[in-house]
Amino acid sequence: MIESIKSFMGWFFVTGDPMIYGADASIALASIGIVAVLTYFKKWKWLWEEWLTTVDHKKIGIMYIIAALLMLFRGGVDALMMRAQLTLPNLHFLDAEHYNQVFTTHGTIMIIFVAMPFIFGLMNIAVPLQIGARDVAFPFLNALSFWLFFFGAMLFNLSFVIGGSPDAGWSSYAPYAGAEMNPGVGQNYYLIGVQISGIGSLATGINFLVTILKMRAPGMTLFKMPLFTWSILITSVIVVFAFPAFTVALALMSIDRLFGAHFFTIAAGGSPMLWANLFWFWGHPEVYIVLLPVFGIFSEVIATFAHKTLFGYAVMVWSMVAISVLSFITWLHHFFTMGNTAPVNAFFSISTMLIAIPTGVKIFNWLFTLNKGRIQFTTPMLWALAFIPNFTIGGITGVMLAMAPADYQYHNSYFLVAHFHSTLIAGTVFGIFCGLHYWWPKMFGYLLDETKGKWAFWIFMISFNICFMPMYFLGLMGMTRRMYTYPAGLGWTPINVVMTIGAVGMGVGFIIMAYNIVWSAIHGKKDKTGDPWDGRTLEWATSSPAAEYNFAHIPEVSTRDAFEAMKEAERKGEADSKKPYAPIHMPSNTGIPVIMSAFMFVAGFGCVFEWYWMAIPGAIGVIACMIARSFVYDDHHFIPVEDIERTEAATGRLS
Amino acid sequence: MSENQSHTVKQQRYGFPWKQVIGLLLSLALTFLALWIAIGLALPVTATLTIIVGLAIFQAFIQLFLFMHVTEGTEPVHQLIGILFGIYVAFAVVAGTLWILAYAL
Repeated sequence: MIESIKSFMGWFFVTGDPMIYGADASIALASIGIVAVLTYFKKWKWLWEEWLTTVDHKKIGIMYIIAALLMLFRGGVDALMMRAQLTLPNLHFLDAEHYNQVFTTHGTIMIIFVAMPFIFGLMNIAVPLQIGARDVAFPFLNALSFWLFFFGAMLFNLSFVIGGSPDAGWSSYAPYAGAEMNPGVGQNYYLIGVQISGIGSLATGINFLVTILKMRAPGMTLFKMPLFTWSILITSVIVVFAFPAFTVALALMSIDRLFGAHFFTIAAGGSPMLWANLFWFWGHPEVYIVLLPVFGIFSEVIATFAHKTLFGYAVMVWSMVAISVLSFITWLHHFFTMGNTAPVNAFFSISTMLIAIPTGVKIFNWLFTLNKGRIQFTTPMLWALAFIPNFTIGGITGVMLAMAPADYQYHNSYFLVAHFHSTLIAGTVFGIFCGLHYWWPKMFGYLLDETKGKWAFWIFMISFNICFMPMYFLGLMGMTRRMYTYPAGLGWTPINVVMTIGAVGMGVGFIIMAYNIVWSAIHGKKDKTGDPWDGRTLEWATSSPAAEYNFAHIPEVSTRDAFEAMKEAERKGEADSKKPYAPIHMPSNTGIPVIMSAFMFVAGFGCVFEWYWMAIPGAIGVIACMIARSFVYDDHHFIPVEDIERTEAATGRLS
Repeated sequence: MSENQSHTVKQQRYGFPWKQVIGLLLSLALTFLALWIAIGLALPVTATLTIIVGLAIFQAFIQLFLFMHVTEGTEPVHQLIGILFGIYVAFAVVAGTLWILAYAL
């Protein structure tokens, strides 16, 4: 009996590595600490009522960003471990198996649990405010999306200490990811964790598509929307149409692994190539899902701090539409070397190069917006300005990779790794940091410190170049991705040392940013006006942080840059007289999303270990929550006029 | 746009959701019919595939008309663009996959 428990524990928990034991201890300590603090300060009720059950898009946005920052920390530690292992030849800091797990979790976490939720967080905060709405179209669904993402991410992260991590790369290619070559629970964690959070992503796409189409303030036609909102509209369309392919692919591979089907194994007539095909049919649009929103952020930030209206608004919009259409017909460029016929490679080579045209148009529009602007070098603006050259390098090398014959040389080398880090860091990461600093006052009512913000920016941006510029040359010198060590004497060592220095520098930049957040929470400059940056769009027309109902009166829009126009009218003394307040209709909080997602976690954990005694009750719990929700009729409330007056008076907006 | 203002909250009472129930039953019937054709009948592969694809298209129309309110809504152009884009993506994935994997068949 004791022996069988012992052997179960040895298999259930990941054992044998001192770093894992350290992680076990720190996870246990952090959990005990959180529970103790919440209990000591009697915050459980507050946590439940204010956060866990909220349907307020602003709070959901903040929770997305907190979760994404934590995941960014974990993904960053993974990156530093890889860099430590590769600094010098023949190191044994990580063994091959552990290295495989680390690059798998690094990639999966950075794309699915950092980039996407961070963007979802920023769009939750900004989009309803920018279009003058009081919430998203489906607030309940919005909360459900967040909790599905959260529990999916937690399930994935659990693999680190329980059962073992996936090790087939973030693209999880068959046949290696299949049951025969990859027994154990690691790949199941990948499939189920990503699937659960993917359901949330799909729902978010639908939610924001409907919100933007249906909830805009009176007068705001599609072509008067702020550009960030436009980018989210287009992103939502891509999410809605790309994610189903991934959902299906993950489901098929889960059926392969859990129930012994052969969709992706040659043995019984399946096709491993079909996995790569389906994965990238989602995977390529996915990179635009994490890029187009930051294009939107940069458009807002560059226009705001150049104090000019955006150059070529309509062209910017049509460029994004063109990118969204093209993004669905380029996916094969991720596997040019799979052995496809020449016409196939030629078609996808050309369609890939075509994407450079609308993207280049956007770059020039940003430059022309800067032209003759009164540029103000704030922290968000620095991130936006650094994005232009750094991202362009990533874009140009992308065109190099798009040439199918040349790709046979670059494929899976560090040249490729450098390319996608140039686009995803200089694009997405710079963009989310830019948006974080830009909208921080709107989220919390105080500004992040500029000096520390600029230190973090310069250190991170320079270190990024120290890390990833030499990587292109390392790739051309023949080092391939995913190798866990290399022999001395190939001339790779100096470049690897430099890259590790850059990686550490990026970590330092991140720590300064984290310190800035803590410091500013205590000493940060309060934003009493609601408009700290002299903004141009409607989110700055309300107080910081915005009241629960966002706008006491729904703004009326007659032009682009609606808030700039309102301020202009006020300067001319044309401000309209205040109307009386009316009670505001708002959605009520509900605990169902978090409970339903927790059941989903239980069902998912059961599926990972193929413990159907656990998975089936979990799934029944999910269905029970759906049924319970169907019978909730009292899902809304009205904020009385007295409460609105009190809230508005507190922010000095009652006239 | 104007929907923003139309947050009038009336506890509207709808009748019994016949449309949805019929849609659900038809969807279930079509799904099991497809399963039976694939497993229960020993038709040639092409015939099986043709019938299943036909049933799938029929089921897509059931989704569109009985669940997704394709005939309702204030801005039909949104519906049209959505459906056209959906057809484009479906064509891309099906035709593209067949073309890409043709060498391996």
